[in-house]
Amino acid sequence: MNKENTVPALDLEQEAPTEQTIEEIVASLGDTVGETRVENPKMSVSNVDVFYADKQAIFGVDLDIANNEVISMIGPSGCGKSTLLRCLNRMNDTIPICRVTGDITLDGEGIYSKGTDPVLLRARVGMVFQKPNPFPKSIYENVAYGPRLHGLNRNKADLDDIVVNSLRKAGIYEEVKNRLDDAGTSLSGGQQQRLCIARTIACSPEVILMDEPCSALDPIATAKIEELIDELRENYAIAIVTHSMQQAARVSQRTAYFHLGKLVEVGDTDTIFTNPRHELTENYITGRFG
Amino acid sequence: MRTFNPEGHTAHAFDVELNDVKHKVMTMGGLVESMVHNGLEALLAMDENLGLQVMEDDHKANQFELDIDEDCTRILARRQPAASDLRLVLTIIKTISDLERIGDEAEKLGRIGVKLSSKSNVPTYYKDLHHLGEHVKGMLRDALDAFTRMDVEAAFHTAARDEAIDKEYSNFSRLLISHMMENPANVSHALDVSWCARSLERIADHACNICEYVIYLVEGQDIRHANLDEMRKKLL
Repeated sequence: MNKENTVPALDLEQEAPTEQTIEEIVASLGDTVGETRVENPKMSVSNVDVFYADKQAIFGVDLDIANNEVISMIGPSGCGKSTLLRCLNRMNDTIPICRVTGDITLDGEGIYSKGTDPVLLRARVGMVFQKPNPFPKSIYENVAYGPRLHGLNRNKADLDDIVVNSLRKAGIYEEVKNRLDDAGTSLSGGQQQRLCIARTIACSPEVILMDEPCSALDPIATAKIEELIDELRENYAIAIVTHSMQQAARVSQRTAYFHLGKLVEVGDTDTIFTNPRHELTENYITGRFG
Repeated sequence: MRTFNPEGHTAHAFDVELNDVKHKVMTMGGLVESMVHNGLEALLAMDENLGLQVMEDDHKANQFELDIDEDCTRILARRQPAASDLRLVLTIIKTISDLERIGDEAEKLGRIGVKLSSKSNVPTYYKDLHHLGEHVKGMLRDALDAFTRMDVEAAFHTAARDEAIDKEYSNFSRLLISHMMENPANVSHALDVSWCARSLERIADHACNICEYVIYLVEGQDIRHANLDEMRKKLL
């Protein structure tokens, strides 16, 4: 028999390796490195834990989101960055087994408090998703839907203004101005994503959440969205989850690195990408995982 | 103190690329170190062949600089390195520029050695360069060691020696002035010796720069133009 193919006998005397639980590993990561707080935060996350049934997905996260700033959330798949993003406008409410504890405030008011209407909250804290998801309606109706629902317009002329302005801010107006009645789904992927951003802007949000907004787009459409994000920063607070570290480095002013549901390090994007302080951050951004 | 390890990337080919380029820098460092040794030897022994050898080696050092620059450009374009990888590539680009200039200074020593080999009645001033030369060679060797081992403590220690070399150079210049006054017929030789001393002093400056790059690479702190003692206390 070929010796190389033999299976080594089990050494029953050997002690089985003790497997660490996620909780133990997270505890071993220590405190978040860097300043989690900013002056006059738009949104503030304090000691937030998130559970899906019995499984804990987020562990005691503290993080501020500032006005006129893009903060990027990076980390390997399953690190909780999208989960945390979805907590910021209560998208997790739609998942019955999801439980959020701790405090999340918008302008100092708790968004999970009893008086908060999640529909109104989502108008103030808009979201753009990974895959462009225009409604099966015309380009005009895609953008007009939110303002009409929230009663932001007094008449048709108002609504027209909102639609045009939103499409302009999203950098797509010139491309669609002559075909506002065409179906939103007839646009290219990059245009659809900008239409979705216009739809979000139309509701006059204060915060825009973006969950990998460019992962389904080509480099040119990505560059347009990134340019747009930079322009939108003047008027909104923006939090973006991205798997592209170059994108995080390009578009954000602060970067937060998550690992196994824990916020490991947060700091200026420039520092995080040239001289991170936590070894896990360093390993992740230099491609030393796995 | 932090440590630095260029390996462990998920993309193994990236490890290979970084290690290759780092090895090339070490080889270039070895070449340049031998050029300084041979240049000084050619000068002190007035050895024409050794001097010509150094001049020949300078072409090799120049080629190393071009090759390594190209490797670094390719790594930047293909890998978009971040954090310590980015600092490594930047450190290499700067280090080889200093190494190439050290090569140029060594070549000047060799060239003067070749010139002297055909002359008679050469004054003994040249021999006085021996001590400064040994001092500078030692500093360069330790700077290259600090680079190879990515050793911040050694880098601080080595960089600190630049001050003593500057002092020795300035004393040496004063000595040359007195030689010139005593024996005006040898002024042209004294000027050549002064140029050689200047070359050695510049080599020490470049070695000091390399030490500063090593500290930047490992610690992420740019200590150029900062107080060395204060930075050392802060980082070590």
